[in-house]
Amino acid sequence: MTDVTAADPARRPASALRRLIRRRLALLGAVLIVLAVAGAVLAPWIAPFAPDEQLFDGLTLEGAPLPPDGRFLFGTDLLGRDLFTRILYGARTSLIIGIVANGMALVIGTLVGITAGYFRGWIGAVLMRFTDLMMAFPALLLAICLAAIFQPSLWIVAMVIALVNWVQAARVIYTETTSLAERDFIAAERTLGAGTGRILFLHILPHLVPTIIVWGTLGISTTVLLEATLSFLGVGVQPPTPSWGNIIFENQTWFQTAPWLVFIPGAAIILLALAFNLVGDALREVLDPTQRGRD
Amino acid sequence: MTLASDAETTGAEAHPGAGPAPGQPPVLSVEGLSISVRTEAGLKPLVNDLSFTLRRGETLCIAGESGSGKSITALAIMGLLPPPAVRITGGRIRLGETDLTALPEARMRTIRGDRIAMIFQEPMTSLNPVLTIGAQLAEAIRAHEPVSRGAARARALDALRAVRLSQPEHRLNQYPHELSGGMRQRVMIAMALALRPEVLIADEPTTALDVTVQREVLDLLRDLQRDTGTAIILITHDMGVVAEMASRVIVMRHGAMVEQAPVHRLFSRPEAEYTRQLLAAVPRLGQGATREAVADRPVARVEDVVVRFPLKAGLLGRTTHHVHAVEHVSFDIRKGETFALVGESGCGKSTIAKAMVGLVPHEGRIEVAGKVLSDLDGAGRKDLRRHIQMVFQDPMAALDPRMTIGDQIAEPLVIHGIGDTESRSARVADLLARVGLSADQMTRYPHEFSGGQRQRICIARALSLQPDLIIADESVSALDVSVQARVLDLLRTLQREFGVAFLFISHDMAVVENISDRVAVMYLGQIVEMGLRSQVFGNPQHPYTRRLIEAVPVPDPAHVRPPSPRLTGEVPSPVHAVGSGPVRVRLVDIGGGHMVASGDPAPALSAG
Repeated sequence: MTDVTAADPARRPASALRRLIRRRLALLGAVLIVLAVAGAVLAPWIAPFAPDEQLFDGLTLEGAPLPPDGRFLFGTDLLGRDLFTRILYGARTSLIIGIVANGMALVIGTLVGITAGYFRGWIGAVLMRFTDLMMAFPALLLAICLAAIFQPSLWIVAMVIALVNWVQAARVIYTETTSLAERDFIAAERTLGAGTGRILFLHILPHLVPTIIVWGTLGISTTVLLEATLSFLGVGVQPPTPSWGNIIFENQTWFQTAPWLVFIPGAAIILLALAFNLVGDALREVLDPTQRGRD
Repeated sequence: MTLASDAETTGAEAHPGAGPAPGQPPVLSVEGLSISVRTEAGLKPLVNDLSFTLRRGETLCIAGESGSGKSITALAIMGLLPPPAVRITGGRIRLGETDLTALPEARMRTIRGDRIAMIFQEPMTSLNPVLTIGAQLAEAIRAHEPVSRGAARARALDALRAVRLSQPEHRLNQYPHELSGGMRQRVMIAMALALRPEVLIADEPTTALDVTVQREVLDLLRDLQRDTGTAIILITHDMGVVAEMASRVIVMRHGAMVEQAPVHRLFSRPEAEYTRQLLAAVPRLGQGATREAVADRPVARVEDVVVRFPLKAGLLGRTTHHVHAVEHVSFDIRKGETFALVGESGCGKSTIAKAMVGLVPHEGRIEVAGKVLSDLDGAGRKDLRRHIQMVFQDPMAALDPRMTIGDQIAEPLVIHGIGDTESRSARVADLLARVGLSADQMTRYPHEFSGGQRQRICIARALSLQPDLIIADESVSALDVSVQARVLDLLRTLQREFGVAFLFISHDMAVVENISDRVAVMYLGQIVEMGLRSQVFGNPQHPYTRRLIEAVPVPDPAHVRPPSPRLTGEVPSPVHAVGSGPVRVRLVDIGGGHMVASGDPAPALSAG
């Protein structure tokens, strides 16, 4: 739960944390995130097999994957590998993509949006036209180009995804900043002599937090799936390293006969996105002083 | 109005058309009305056991401050309470023989607009911006009567004529944004009265309008009532409007009726303590205490200042027109005095304030605390904030909702690097005490305070740097009268304590007359009259000044307004093509520093 505490304001962190915990749904979300993180970190110890181990008893005699049973908790895949093990190891990739890549995208998007929205003028025009350009360019193509230039590795993939995904966030943050910048309290700050940095980070940024949180939680599933697409096209995380996305793509042709191979990693992605959504929602309310006392 | 007046309403003579007929059954009667809102803590009452009746041809004013439940009562009568949280929990509303509280929504819809109509405060938001005026009027008519499009349009035209809108045929094809605020409100009245309803509910119909436009709209309502006999419920916070319009008055507070009386009795012999307080708090012209003229050194000097905003058009975005917001304005403000800028919306008074604090660029010379604004670099501009501060109109908007008020009051000190954490918090505590709040409220957020308290917080923030000059831009306009009176008192006290000068910007003549030492009247970006308060208010010379003073509603029902021509002229536009501009007026001293414009910035004025 490091991400949650890190986002808490320096002011009264204890009480904000306590109020966060009081929300049951948020707690459920937090538990799910903790489980995912624990699974990823502890994979070598809790996974029953090695992630790329093709088990001799992992396929039927006809060569079809096995459905979930006592030995293979989530069944096996096309190559006779244990799906449970691969989901655990896949969590490492997917969490890094979902948190790091998505976080980087948010930071870039916020910086671009807030700068363009507050300064307007030629700075804003240049930044936003560039954003529009990025938006018009097919994201997948761009990702493929970038991934082809650099040697594919997990961190490069994360960077590529961040470079593709900041655009929408920048647009939304830009629009919101322009309207915030017109508000009286910003004018009041300027008449007090507040500098640009102070206004941007102390008075505008806190009001953008709800939007950033919503985009952040939405971005989790988008980025995890984008990684899967890239993997499928051979420019993402290289096999046999599992990720939740590439498990789906590897096995999608077997959807009819072995639906668990798609459903289980799919459910994992959805649960992760949902978990962040629940925590994000609660966080948004807890950080809003006008919502105090409604817990 | 052919109905006989009755002795019950004393002073019905002064209000032609306001005499209800006693023998008639009431048009509308409200019995024991209670409205509650559902909260997590259970039902919270908004209106408690309210009863009144309304007769044909009568104007009933519901007066009260914000939160008194007056608007919610109007919505209840219209059947427009926001479901499901707010509900009628008791009592009945009867229109003629029909009990409105028992009607299903489908039946209620046939009554709304047809038998009861409503006008809201903000005419822009109550008109659909993408439909023409004609389409909206015709739609309102056709919703209730099976007439053809052509017939509906003809009736729409009649309705626009009835509200004395200029060029009615042309208006039918215009969109709401092409009309001024006053014209829009007339369209709303036309729409409300097109179907000749029995009851018209007007919820603060003139609050968002300028005082001269308010005058036109009030005159219009009264004339229409005389012609049609519609019963009016007028909801207002302005006791001046009450005195002019009402035949009977209900004073409400915290959802309950405090007093109900004919208008003359309410103003001459108010029974409830609250009514007395309310009446005492109303700013009246001619109440300002005389103070000695301040002859100290000036803290700010504005010389020949011009502010124009470019309007760009065409493919290349060339500037084709300018909005001439401020045109060659000069004045100075002396240490410790209150200088008022008064005028109607769009006259450029707020733009001057923004130019003085550097929020908009200007031409000309502005000097504050001995420094010329345009000569200053970044550091100099920042340093200037120690001398000039601003208090905005809407205190909720001017405070950062996500920061505690203690942090916000201390912020100027942090920005300018004054003191350490301890001394700052001591200073904040002191400032809070000075503006009548307590130090333990420091850790609260703006939404936990009332409007008046928030404005006190803004004032404390402005004072924290101990400036020489505070610009108060409509700073009390959004407040209830009783709160307004207390904030004005506070400003006076603080002026004595700190020796600070105020630039007080307002559209409210009565407030300006109460607080200012010197006054400048602005019209279309120029000052048309300037002088000591006694000169401008005691001996107004410019026709616009006179018009402003005459338009102020007088909170005295016995007051007889001198006959003046109906005001129908629209304020000319401040937009001019590049190269041309408004006629420049010349101020002439007519004695004792009383400056009056000799040239007329708008020929329409003298004609109006």
